[in-house]
Amino acid sequence: MSAIDLSYWDLGFAALLAVGLAALFRGMRLGISGSLLVAAGRMMIQLTLVGYVLRFLFEEGRLWMVALMAAIMLTVASREILARQKRKLSGWRSWRLGASTLFVSSFAISLFGLLVVVRADPWYAPQYAIPILGMIISNTMNAISLGMDRLTDAIYSNRSVVEQRLALGQSAQEAIGGYAKDCIRAGMTPVINSMATAGIVALPGMMTGQILAGASPVEAVEYQIVIWFMIAGGSGFGMAVAIKLLKGQLFDERQRLRLERLR
Amino acid sequence: MLKVVGLSFLDWEPVSLEVEAGEIVCAQGESGSGKSLLLRAIADLIPHTGEVYLHGDACSGILPTKWRREVSFLAAEALWWEDRVGAHFLSEVSPERLEGLGLAGDCMDWPVSRLSMGERQRLGILRLLDRQPRVLLLDEPTSNLDARSSGAVESLLREYMEGSGACSIWVTHDEGQAERIGGRRFYMGGKRLEELAR
Repeated sequence: MSAIDLSYWDLGFAALLAVGLAALFRGMRLGISGSLLVAAGRMMIQLTLVGYVLRFLFEEGRLWMVALMAAIMLTVASREILARQKRKLSGWRSWRLGASTLFVSSFAISLFGLLVVVRADPWYAPQYAIPILGMIISNTMNAISLGMDRLTDAIYSNRSVVEQRLALGQSAQEAIGGYAKDCIRAGMTPVINSMATAGIVALPGMMTGQILAGASPVEAVEYQIVIWFMIAGGSGFGMAVAIKLLKGQLFDERQRLRLERLR
Repeated sequence: MLKVVGLSFLDWEPVSLEVEAGEIVCAQGESGSGKSLLLRAIADLIPHTGEVYLHGDACSGILPTKWRREVSFLAAEALWWEDRVGAHFLSEVSPERLEGLGLAGDCMDWPVSRLSMGERQRLGILRLLDRQPRVLLLDEPTSNLDARSSGAVESLLREYMEGSGACSIWVTHDEGQAERIGGRRFYMGGKRLEELAR
């Protein structure tokens, strides 16, 4: 069994939903109908292009092409991390911090998945490497950007409290109290909640896609389980390291709060 | 006991100053003149150049946490982070001591939200003394208090310093308080610290 091929008319019918929604929002003067339509348009163009890129990639299947694609994904994702920070570290520090943790965490996890778990032949086979990398990078990106943003925000808005705790002789670690823990918790909560409800409330996207494409549900489930573990690992380890490095940037070697490093 | 040598922060002229054990030095100056910054720099809470010595030991050679426990900065507005007042203290505070400052004997069990501004400030001073600092860097410690409470706080601080041999740099806007404290007086303005002739 293979999937039913969708025509442009089919896509057009689905697009009516976005157009109708934009009209409704316009009537409500929400001021977001423009960005909704732009986002919808971007989504269509980007996905169409990536469809062609992936088809080319799958046909050629060279390692350097996969590596190039991975590098592009990583660059875009680390820019996205930066864009989601309400308060950034000055210079390149925020970007460096986000990009390096994203890189190490998502690549390590993806390599582990490809070499140890999936064991495709060759191990970098784009049909496996690209979707797996994509899922790990996007989830790790979400966790890291959320965790970093929340921690800087919590420390920034409680800066006077943090300073008084330092003044009483507490270490930087003590003085930021539960903020760092809260951030890791907040970053991991979506992953944990999705795992807990996976299959009952929602069928995960990847699995749905596989089933739509005609794979056996049992096989699709096995992949999804592996993916979930890798997502949890990538987000969790990535964020834990990012939070630790960020703490190091917000305090100096004399455990002084250095918020002037934010801009 | 406390020796400040060429301490400089932002674009301030370097400050040098020595305070003897048991001595209270009064610092005055317009708001925004950098009095709080000076105290913060001595407590090593903000970046600075120059050095501060306590009993001959340089600040840069001591763990920052240990330094700040001994050379303690008290901000004008005491902030609280735990739910209960008592959770901010390391040791028990006797009801007599609390009542001496005009506080309720059981206020250690209160939620922080119940405290008035004046109560927060007085408890902030008790919280500072609870850590038994050797140097007290006080930034307007009685700014939210009426005359009676101010007097009680002044005598408590004096008593602590006499008992422990601690010294203090005391920032105040209140001319009367500066008179009562006595001792040397400094004036801050134009990005420098000057000793006033007595």
